[in-house]
Amino acid sequence: MGIRMFRCLLVLAAALAVTAASAQTGAHEYKLANGLRVIVKEDHRAPTALHMVWYHAGSMDEVSGTSGVAHVLEHMMFKATKTVKSGEFSRRVAAAGGRENAFTSYDYTAYFQQVPKAALAEMMQLEADRMANLLVTESEFSQEIKVVMEERRLRTEDRPRALVAEALNAEAFFAHPYRRPVIGWMNDLLNMSYVDARNWYKRWYVPNNAFVVVVGDVKADEVLALAKKYYGRIKARPLPERKPQLEPEQRGVRRLVVKAPAELPYLLMGWKCPVLRDVSQDWQPYALEVLSGVLDGNESARLNQSLVRNSRVAGEVGASYDMTARGPGLCLIEGTPGPGKNAAELEAGLRAELALLVRDGVTEEELARVKAQVVASQVFKRDSIFGQAREIGRYETAGLSYRDIDRVLEGIKAVTAEQVRSVAKLYFVDDHLTVVVLDPQPLGEAQSRPAAPGARH
Amino acid sequence: MAPLVRSLGKPLAHALAVAALWIAACAAQAAPPIQHWITASGARVYFVESRGLPMLDIKVEFDAGARRVPAERAGLGGLTHTLIKAGSAAHSEEEIGRLIADVGAQLDGNVDRDRAGFALRTLSSERERKQAIATFAEMLQAPAFPQGAFAREKARLVDAVREGETKPATIASNAFYRLMYGAHPYALAPTPETILSIERADVEGYYRANYVAERAVVTIVGDADRGLAERIAEQLTAKLPRANDTPAPLPPVVQPQGQTLRIAHPASQSHILLGLPAIARDDPDYFPLLVGNYVLGGGGFVSRLYLEVREKRGYAYSVYSYFLPLAQEGPFEIGLQTKKEQAEEALARVRVVLDEFLARGPSVAEMKAAKQNLVGGFALRIDSNRKLLDQVAIIGFYKLPLAWLNDFAARVEKVSATEVRAVFARRVRPGNLVTVVVGSGEN
Repeated sequence: MGIRMFRCLLVLAAALAVTAASAQTGAHEYKLANGLRVIVKEDHRAPTALHMVWYHAGSMDEVSGTSGVAHVLEHMMFKATKTVKSGEFSRRVAAAGGRENAFTSYDYTAYFQQVPKAALAEMMQLEADRMANLLVTESEFSQEIKVVMEERRLRTEDRPRALVAEALNAEAFFAHPYRRPVIGWMNDLLNMSYVDARNWYKRWYVPNNAFVVVVGDVKADEVLALAKKYYGRIKARPLPERKPQLEPEQRGVRRLVVKAPAELPYLLMGWKCPVLRDVSQDWQPYALEVLSGVLDGNESARLNQSLVRNSRVAGEVGASYDMTARGPGLCLIEGTPGPGKNAAELEAGLRAELALLVRDGVTEEELARVKAQVVASQVFKRDSIFGQAREIGRYETAGLSYRDIDRVLEGIKAVTAEQVRSVAKLYFVDDHLTVVVLDPQPLGEAQSRPAAPGARH
Repeated sequence: MAPLVRSLGKPLAHALAVAALWIAACAAQAAPPIQHWITASGARVYFVESRGLPMLDIKVEFDAGARRVPAERAGLGGLTHTLIKAGSAAHSEEEIGRLIADVGAQLDGNVDRDRAGFALRTLSSERERKQAIATFAEMLQAPAFPQGAFAREKARLVDAVREGETKPATIASNAFYRLMYGAHPYALAPTPETILSIERADVEGYYRANYVAERAVVTIVGDADRGLAERIAEQLTAKLPRANDTPAPLPPVVQPQGQTLRIAHPASQSHILLGLPAIARDDPDYFPLLVGNYVLGGGGFVSRLYLEVREKRGYAYSVYSYFLPLAQEGPFEIGLQTKKEQAEEALARVRVVLDEFLARGPSVAEMKAAKQNLVGGFALRIDSNRKLLDQVAIIGFYKLPLAWLNDFAARVEKVSATEVRAVFARRVRPGNLVTVVVGSGEN
């Protein structure tokens, strides 16, 4: 289902839609005595409810040697608790007519169930139970870690472009934990024990490090009462200190080559870019958001029009930027060379487009187009209660508030053409750039390559 | 394109599996009424009024999927679909993209073995709606197929196909359909050779023969009244090409001889697919197969395949089964990916689970659980305009009864365990099962 790599799909397919802020009017926020926050947004279009629990614990909170443990714990959360047998959680969600899943990112881990509204109380009961009573046993861990390694093989090891993305993060960040892949390095997974997962759970899975989001055909005060009943009895615990681990300034371009079996080369370029910290003072993230839309917000946007359709140095091209994050930001451009072109020609073409933008800026027409898309996306996103809940959670885990969503929209609408030009000039510079190129290898030769370190069989 | 993976999830079976299940799974709590009529030009229209949000979703689909393409021109269907967006007599490709984006509208496309079409999402406010729909109408009904875009898209498609030929999932899927469908057009996948043989005139001809009003299906969900929906449907179809004749009948789907194909690949995992042609969209056996498959491999984190292959043995991250009903017998498919060294054990386990299910069918408890989910979860299948649009578009394209959504729960409830076993035995004959293993280490 969609959740697999959901963020990555959204970021790419519709850079605008991601940050497209919206009228979150009508949302209610509460805080229980144990520190758990509850955000409820009533939406009565259909008799369903979406229940999400978010933990401020993602892969960026991991330490070296146990990369991937946040995500492994996410898998373990579907196992036994003191009173609910392994697999029972999912059986009960299914029996309620629900669908469920979970997702782990750099910044957070989140769990959700979408159910007919009558089943909301049971979902809250189940979710509260595994917040406090999970048993992380050695036998269940030893099975599940195999699944996670298969997941890594599927998503990363055998996907050349995913290897490129992994390499880009590892190279762009020397100090910040964004350098480690969310799924973890294979060797760390091979050497992980149930104790690592259990420690992770004990450290981070507390009500004062979590919040609940409910969107759907519910009444806010009733949700609050249920939250008190089920989550309210869980005790708060002190959280470990979080070190800032700030990334030192990059001093010069970094370049890497990744070799893997493929037909087409692939180019990924990432520049250090600021993210949103102060919604009323910051303007650069808004300008970068608009810039991303000018480059790749629609089929006739600059990159596709110029490089795929006109010069044809690109076969595919995309730009993305995510202004909400706990850690440092990246502006990304990716592409494959067009037929008969190589990665160097593609890179030259991309650089020429950026140079043009820095020199001449963007047109008022382009600016208006991006803003029209942002405005429309405010309406469109309300079609999905899942999308609304997810947006609230993303803001909250990035250190912002769901209340900021509307102000961000105003911030984007206020961006000027000159601001777009100035952020392009300021941030799309080589000294802050990391470039990774996929050097495609024939299938036959790749077959005889030595096994990657860590690929123990 | 998809770069930085920042978020991982526990997959609910396989994307396709869920999609296929959802396409099917809609039950009987009050589904909104579907209004249906035929335009002056002969297009079928399906309309659901939904006033909750100021927006409209419009899908226009044609009987122009891959099955209408001659074998030696495989790829022509997809290429034609792409090139419809490449400009009209009045507006260039670039202008069409801008006209849509300028009013914040979104345009998506879909092509599969049966269907080819486009979906427009727009605000319902007058200025935005009018510009978005006028642009959509022009794009659909007056494509220019410019030579430059034709050459470019053809070359890009060749590149994309060559890239696909290096990916184990694509290699497996292409081989799987080839083995299942033999000489039937459902087997076809484009190759660089078939694409290179396509001329611009082929594209124009394919459009004229298949994007015709009489075989168009317009689905509208959202903020409009009947009168407006009628005007929109006319606007989108009045100037479509007209059918000169009915499309040539397709050959029947023939059950394949059971066989296993192993294809070498350097990936660390084997991609395994098993299945056979199983069921057409209008077949009443659909409901027992739907309920049975929920138990076997369709039901999220609770199916037998999930429990036996993933949960108990850790063989795979994703393991699933589904039926994909098409105009003719669409596939039953089981799929998984597992590290090469254990591919044969994992495959053997899948066969044990399948054989056991075929022999004994679902238990009483499993039947109850399946019905609870399929019936109880009905509301989730139609709780957004987007989901409704997709459901209603299927009803329209395959000419299912308009009461399909409302009858769904009752049809599911009626299924018995005996019936599931009998229908599976009839539809999934082990002697016809084809198996593909890509990355088997054997040449």
